Amino acid sequence: MAYKSAEEILLPNERKMSAKEKREYTLHEMKRNKICYLMIAPFMLLFLVFTVIPIIMSLPMGFCDFDMAHFPRWVGLQNFYTLFIEDDVFLGSIRTTLIFALFTGPLSYALSFLLAWLINELHPVLKTAFTLIFYAPSMAGNIYFVWQLIFSGDSYGYLNSVLLDLSIITTPIQWLTDANYLLICVIIVQLWISMGAGFLALRAGFQGIDKSMYEAGAIEGISNRWQELIHITLPSMGPQLMFAAVMQIVSSFTVDIVGRMLCGFPSTDYKAHTIMTHAFDYGWVRYEMGYASAVCFVLFIAMLVCNNVISRILGKYMD
Amino acid sequence: MSKKNKNKLDIAAQQAAENAAALEALKKRREKEHRKMERSKGTNKRVGKSWKNDVGIFLLLTVLGLFMIFPIYLSVINSMKPVNEFFIFPPKLYVMQPTTDNFRDLFKVANNSWVPFSRNIFNSIFVTVVATFFEVIFASMAAFILAKCRFPGVKFLNQVIVISLLFQSTVIYIMQYIVMAKLGMINTYSALILPLIPSSMGLFLMRQSISQIPDAMIEAAKVDGAGLMKICWGIVMPNNKPALMTIIIFQFQAAWNANGGSMVYDEALKTIPVVVQQIAAAGIARQGAVYASAVILMIPPLAIFIAAQSQVMETMAHAGMKD
Repeated sequence: MAYKSAEEILLPNERKMSAKEKREYTLHEMKRNKICYLMIAPFMLLFLVFTVIPIIMSLPMGFCDFDMAHFPRWVGLQNFYTLFIEDDVFLGSIRTTLIFALFTGPLSYALSFLLAWLINELHPVLKTAFTLIFYAPSMAGNIYFVWQLIFSGDSYGYLNSVLLDLSIITTPIQWLTDANYLLICVIIVQLWISMGAGFLALRAGFQGIDKSMYEAGAIEGISNRWQELIHITLPSMGPQLMFAAVMQIVSSFTVDIVGRMLCGFPSTDYKAHTIMTHAFDYGWVRYEMGYASAVCFVLFIAMLVCNNVISRILGKYMD
Repeated sequence: MSKKNKNKLDIAAQQAAENAAALEALKKRREKEHRKMERSKGTNKRVGKSWKNDVGIFLLLTVLGLFMIFPIYLSVINSMKPVNEFFIFPPKLYVMQPTTDNFRDLFKVANNSWVPFSRNIFNSIFVTVVATFFEVIFASMAAFILAKCRFPGVKFLNQVIVISLLFQSTVIYIMQYIVMAKLGMINTYSALILPLIPSSMGLFLMRQSISQIPDAMIEAAKVDGAGLMKICWGIVMPNNKPALMTIIIFQFQAAWNANGGSMVYDEALKTIPVVVQQIAAAGIARQGAVYASAVILMIPPLAIFIAAQSQVMETMAHAGMKD
């Protein structure tokens, strides 16, 4: 089929393209850029299969009863009804997840920003050294089980032994099984591994700020480092702040394995039981994949909403 | 020589010159950025900058740094502790009689399972290398196209990539399992490798970095008659080595630490992290071996990061999100 010549279609503002012309133009452009599609195809295909489809599928699967062995059976809203009305453990897990999302997340975000700022003030050699030290835990991957030694419930535990030595406590505390303490322990470990890619981006962001901005600021009457931070540094780091925020959302909404490894599964009174742990429970332990999908779907939505709220807030601040 | 041919030659020479100029401009910009970074590294006069402040910051960071490094230090000394030293009260912060027994023990225990430990080491290296290799190739190509080409759907795809940064492997693990079960991939190498390849993080970092490369350079190459493939690998990537290095490192870390334990159940397919978990499940008797394996697991990513630290920082400077 012959389409109109490129000039005729590309002339802007002459007249609105009809729907058919638009479609033809798009098709034409797609044909012209065939090589582009070919080059993104390998990545996008795998991306589709292993990221997009799993995310989208969580909704229809959430409406099913599925145990991997039989064909999925449609149960309508049953899973979601059970989840929000009957499943007390899930409601508790929402609470735990919110603690991480609303308390630990911002805390570790602020901490990684603060650390990046402080490190940036130092001599280049020290900068490199400290960056490495703070980034090492998140890089070392599976090593968080060492914290078992520190929080160990008998007097061989490092924390208990120090506290006993200083006579602050008289009997060892069961840090990881006492419902009063275990969440705090998980929070500490989570903070410990949270200096990841977001932290690196912030570090690099500080490094990239033009020095002359500060000199100009000094002339304009900025008198201390705090004002410098608020008026010069922060506004020019919006993009890095956004990236770090996304990384933070990911890590604080997906707290799971640290709690399971340290406090056992299930933990005392389900205190360290997050939404992710709940999904793990139903997915890997009970093989109720339909129910697990419903849990995942709720988690995805929560993450998307959180992401939107944060980008709104940061977007406002940046302009 | 005919006039026509001469003309052609002239044009070619001109284009070559343009090309060189664009490259030169990029180099200059890189240098300028580098100088800028160097400058901001220096200790110029700044508001409220005094040695007292610096010492204060240093002390604060040292205290926090000790907190960060302490658990890693603990696992290192524990990997060298003989069994009896695990039960000393109060627990010591150093090893009295360092030994390599734990490492030997680890290999012995691991070798006594169904397959030799060397097989697991091979699996880890194989999965990491293959996943990293293909991720770097695929993500670089896709990043170049998404950053520099205009075609129907490019905006949408860019948005999808940014949103998908939220959904990293841990979150979608269960859903991935269902998909892979449907595709019949469970208990094969592809179950371990394929999900690691489409890393939106790698694509994102690469895209941000490529968008810093001037369009003029790519246009010049296009005029020269180079195809997109050639531009991507011949011009863009050689000028974008820090980003390449960075995504290699991130991918290496992700793949090396990936725990695909639920995706494979055949012992001969398991990677080191899975085996370590199995050994750790034996409890107190295997403490030393567990820490030994943790140290072994920790070393490769750490070493690579230290080696390429400055290039990573350069790439991360462009990691920001501008919507």
